[in-house]
Amino acid sequence: MNINLTIIGQAIAFAIFVMFCMKYVWPPITAALAERKKKIAEGLDAADRAERDLQLAQEKATENMRKGKEEAAAIIEQANKRANQIIDEAKEKALEEANRVKAAKEAELEQEVNQAREALRSQVATLALAGAEKVLEASIDEKAHAQLVEKLAAEL
Amino acid sequence: MASESGTLTSSEYISHHLTNLTFGKLPEGTTRYDGSVVGEGGAWTFAHGGEAADMGFWAINVDTMGWSIVLGVFFLWLFRKVAKSATSGVPGGTQNFVETIIEFVDDNVKGIFHHKNPMIAPLSLTIFVWIFLMNTMDLVPVDWIPFIAAEMGIGYMKVVPTTDVNATAGMALSVFALIIYYSIKQKGLGGFLAELSFQPLGKAMLPFNLFLELVGLLAKPISLALRLFGNMYAGEMIFILIALLPFWAQWVLSVPWAIFHILVITLQAFIFMVLTIVYLAMAYDHH
Repeated sequence: MNINLTIIGQAIAFAIFVMFCMKYVWPPITAALAERKKKIAEGLDAADRAERDLQLAQEKATENMRKGKEEAAAIIEQANKRANQIIDEAKEKALEEANRVKAAKEAELEQEVNQAREALRSQVATLALAGAEKVLEASIDEKAHAQLVEKLAAEL
Repeated sequence: MASESGTLTSSEYISHHLTNLTFGKLPEGTTRYDGSVVGEGGAWTFAHGGEAADMGFWAINVDTMGWSIVLGVFFLWLFRKVAKSATSGVPGGTQNFVETIIEFVDDNVKGIFHHKNPMIAPLSLTIFVWIFLMNTMDLVPVDWIPFIAAEMGIGYMKVVPTTDVNATAGMALSVFALIIYYSIKQKGLGGFLAELSFQPLGKAMLPFNLFLELVGLLAKPISLALRLFGNMYAGEMIFILIALLPFWAQWVLSVPWAIFHILVITLQAFIFMVLTIVYLAMAYDHH
């Protein structure tokens, strides 16, 4: 263990190593480390943002779906209402029509009955007159008896 | 030389493994290990045995320098390779590993040093990884590399640079120089001297304060150097002692010690780094 020139040699070697390290080793590696740190931070930021965006989109989608459902329900309700209305209207119309037809038919029927009755009445009068003529075999004052027969016929 | 002298005694084996490969100039008149005497003008040679002490300051531990530079270059090569292809995308295996270390160092620096200085973090990284790599050489079985070296004709080879006090002191003194530099840069020479002289006991006790603060200041590099050196030297010593056991019994001790040492080498590298950051943060702070 002798102190000799080696001590200076070591100091010189040490100084050279430190300078080399300071110039060519430390800066590039720490720069790379800093850049990676930045990249990772940016990546995490982006992930956060994406997550937020996703959440927003999901909320929007849910909202839209809810709105759509509501709208659909409203439309169906309206349609039901309208359908009921149409059915009611149709029913009413049909009823009206039926009544109208019924009334017309009744009127027609009554008229026909009246006509028939009229016809029958006149025929009965004639028939009665003819019958009476035959029974009496005599000329009867048609005018005088016609009144009688008509009264009879009207009673039929 | 180890391979030449045949069987070694235990103490020879230990001292051989704890001797650096030193290259320097032996002064004139020194008696060499083989009994020859160095001629006029001295001789440039590799030291043998205790000759390194005779060489004085102007000698260099070739193994310490060699291994530490190889490991430092390996560290920079590996990290530079990653730095060149560093991507902010998904990192590959090596990049992941390197980034883990860098973030670990960066966290420590940010937690302790709250000023702006582009040098502290790379400095800490270099200290941590370089010392860690040098310490890791401790886990290479103690005889492997010295044996290969001996086969190549190199008599001494200490592969763990941090078991050489020169290596740890070299770094500690560099850190010390930075402490002084930043103290003066941040507080001015006057401010720095005032800090050394006027506390903790007020201006009346200036000499006492100065003495106290100077001891505290000098203790920083010395403790840095000796803590690392002492830990690694002791660890290496234990490995060498274990290596003296019969080969079939060594694993009983060497395996647990090596596993424990994984902790020690990391911890020592970490402590050196953290203390450096703390000292430099103190140099910045006004007291």
